[in-house]
Amino acid sequence: MNGLATLREVTLTLPMAPDMEVAASKTATAIAEYMKMSPDRIDEVRMAVIEACINAFEHSHSSDRQVTMTFEVVGKTEPEELRITVKDTGIGFDPETLEEPNIERKLRDDRKRGWGLKIIRGLMDSVEIHSGDDGTTVIMSKRRR
Amino acid sequence: MTASSNVTVERRDGVAVIYTQGYINNQAGEEVARVAYTLIDEGYKTLLINLGGTTIVNSIGISILIVIIEKMIEIDGRLAFCSLTPTIEKTFHIMGLAQYAPIYSDETAALATLRG
Repeated sequence: MNGLATLREVTLTLPMAPDMEVAASKTATAIAEYMKMSPDRIDEVRMAVIEACINAFEHSHSSDRQVTMTFEVVGKTEPEELRITVKDTGIGFDPETLEEPNIERKLRDDRKRGWGLKIIRGLMDSVEIHSGDDGTTVIMSKRRR
Repeated sequence: MTASSNVTVERRDGVAVIYTQGYINNQAGEEVARVAYTLIDEGYKTLLINLGGTTIVNSIGISILIVIIEKMIEIDGRLAFCSLTPTIEKTFHIMGLAQYAPIYSDETAALATLRG
């Protein structure tokens, strides 16, 4: 972890229910504010959290219908990075086979959706996806500055 | 932030301005689309969506905005956005929306260009 330690950790279990992504985004905001992240970067984290939750809600098909989120403040002695893990126990998917959404194609296609991962990757500093038969884990990080 | 959204409209010399409030999710996106289609039926071919009252959107709501862009292209109309937060503007650029629907800093700048 490059000498970084977890300075603070919050775990949240969310039911897959309407607007629960908003609850997750409020938790992310509170922790990012504690870290003194800039308002624009907090907004980016908030949006990425919403997209990660919606992806899990809509695509995981998990039998327990819940998502576990861990928010870790990491750093050597002071907060340097917010690491957010979003885990479901659904059917998983192969990230390699996902088609990259493209606006020209989407304007012609009947299906306009499928933007979540592209948005998350564009807003966060790093994103890892681990997916298999036992579910999907998305780990995304944003540096404090 | 609430999980609901309100949509209002003002008709300004040939340009219809749609104002949003709150979180733009699927329900709010559908409401924006419903209002946009009503305006198109009234004959408006230039729409401006003012997102000044919105600090958060999700990709489902934005996907519905893409449907409106598609509709405006079909009727040879114009759709633009104004007053976006930096994160929403960045998201629209990530998705490529700005290629098809210009983004203006505020309503005054948008109307000056759209009426020109």
